[in-house]
Amino acid sequence: MKMSDSAIVATGIGKTFNGNTDNAVVALDGIDLTVEPGEFVSLIGPSGCGKSTMLRVFGDLISPTEGTVEVFGKSAAQARLDRDYGMAFQKAGLFDWRKVSANIELPLELAGWSKDRRSYRSAEMLSLVKLQEFADHYPWQLSGGMQQRVAIARALSFEPKLLLMDEPFGALDEMTREHMQVELLRIYEQLGTTVVFVTHSIPEAAFLSDRVVVLSPRPGRIHSIIDVDLGKRDENTRESAEFFAMTTEVREALRSVEAMS
Amino acid sequence: MKSRLAPIWPPIVVGVLFMALWEGMVRLLDVKEFLLPKPSSIVQAVGDQWTPLRIAGWETGKTAVVGLLIGVIAGALLALVVSRFGWLRGSVTPLAVALNATPIIALAPIFNAWFGITDFRSNAAVVIVVVFFPVFINTGKGLSEVEPNQIELMRSLAASETTVLRMVRIPNALPFFLTSLRLAAPLSVIAAIVAEYFGGPQNRLGPFITQNASFSRYANAWAAIVVASAIGLALFAASALVEKLAMPWKRPESITA
Ligand SMILES: Nc1ncnc2c1ncn2[C@@H]1O[C@H](COP(=O)(O)OP(=O)(O)O)[C@@H](O)[C@H]1O
Ligand SMILES: [Mg+2]
Repeated sequence: MKMSDSAIVATGIGKTFNGNTDNAVVALDGIDLTVEPGEFVSLIGPSGCGKSTMLRVFGDLISPTEGTVEVFGKSAAQARLDRDYGMAFQKAGLFDWRKVSANIELPLELAGWSKDRRSYRSAEMLSLVKLQEFADHYPWQLSGGMQQRVAIARALSFEPKLLLMDEPFGALDEMTREHMQVELLRIYEQLGTTVVFVTHSIPEAAFLSDRVVVLSPRPGRIHSIIDVDLGKRDENTRESAEFFAMTTEVREALRSVEAMS
Repeated sequence: MKSRLAPIWPPIVVGVLFMALWEGMVRLLDVKEFLLPKPSSIVQAVGDQWTPLRIAGWETGKTAVVGLLIGVIAGALLALVVSRFGWLRGSVTPLAVALNATPIIALAPIFNAWFGITDFRSNAAVVIVVVFFPVFINTGKGLSEVEPNQIELMRSLAASETTVLRMVRIPNALPFFLTSLRLAAPLSVIAAIVAEYFGGPQNRLGPFITQNASFSRYANAWAAIVVASAIGLALFAASALVEKLAMPWKRPESITA
């Protein structure tokens, strides 16, 4: 196999939980997926189809029972040790006892940055997510949307090469969610990272992605991959005919997944 | 920022009303002193017996505080060790939960045999054991009940288990630990006195209560109970203060008694 320049090369990934027991679950089967540097790829599919499992396999939080994952030409385990991953989840998961700035600085602390460099960077990240005046607040003093922005700032603070996000906006109300999508795209374009984004929202996947990977359940397989090209996106994009066409295409793929199962 | 503790006046008003009712009922129904002394007689007994009560209170308080400190430190340390070594968790924690459900105070006579019937250590040992379990169990809960996503985040950042313990588990356990401390503080006074009923040195609140009761000097016995309550309240207040100071990040209304 040639060493690739791709961000992720997943080959023949399978994951069975509780193998060799009565309650074995085949969460993933035969997943082949390549993600190029700078790409924004969404994973969508019915609940329980293996989206989170796939993301965790990419991030070396669980190991696949079959197949290999290569991240920037090395093993996923090595990529994790090299701190190539930034992660964000549905729950912001901020640490209660750390002020907002200290939450953002956590990855930098782990990477051994000096205090000066850390506070300089957390100030930068706070202005990126437009929360400058909240540096010294504790997480409970922030709304859900603001907490999620801090979690994203934390995930990006050390400029990871690959951002893995598991339904990061799933708990937000619709308006906040749309606002956060625009913010995420702005930051993504500014930093030029690669993103794998799990969602169960059709418009979200269509709005954010370069490609939408549609998964079918039991066992989790790739049903289809939809290319999206909406150009530069803003709030008006949501009302455009192209956007409507994209959501329709994703919706029909999901319907045929439903019909299969 | 607003005061983090509930206003102090309502319970005091209710307490004073309760005392007045007590005093009134005892006088009105002519209840015998040996059944229930009047609050005024108890207050007078506190005054009359002040010197022996002060000495006994000081000694019993020392037993409670020494036992409390040792029990709390031992409970927290063992919880840390158990959380660091996963294979211990499955065996030690259920055992501790089971032991915590047993009447540990019944060990008092056995500690008398171990340390000597007049030795203060036999009383302190009861306090240690009584305090140890709630602290161990609660702290252990706090160390293990971390949001799974937070652990995943730390792992994705290549943090070692020791780093996770230091940066996530220990701060996560702090509220659990401090709550258990607040529960253990008054418990330590109860344990000390009950242990003293079974033996130990004589100049303590426990023997003071049993001796005065056996001579039918019930107001004196009640006076000792008042002193014991004051010690318990003082320890409770001190641990509530520690709780407040140690967690500046806490949402104000989330600290309640
Ligand atoms: N740790 C686990 N142990 C056993 N089964 C699991 C585990 N994690 C996920 N599964 C199962 O794998 C399947 C896929 O789960 P998941 O990846 O969380 O789906 P999704 O994120 O798409 O909703 C589900 O059937 C789920 O029950
Ligand atoms: Mg999921």
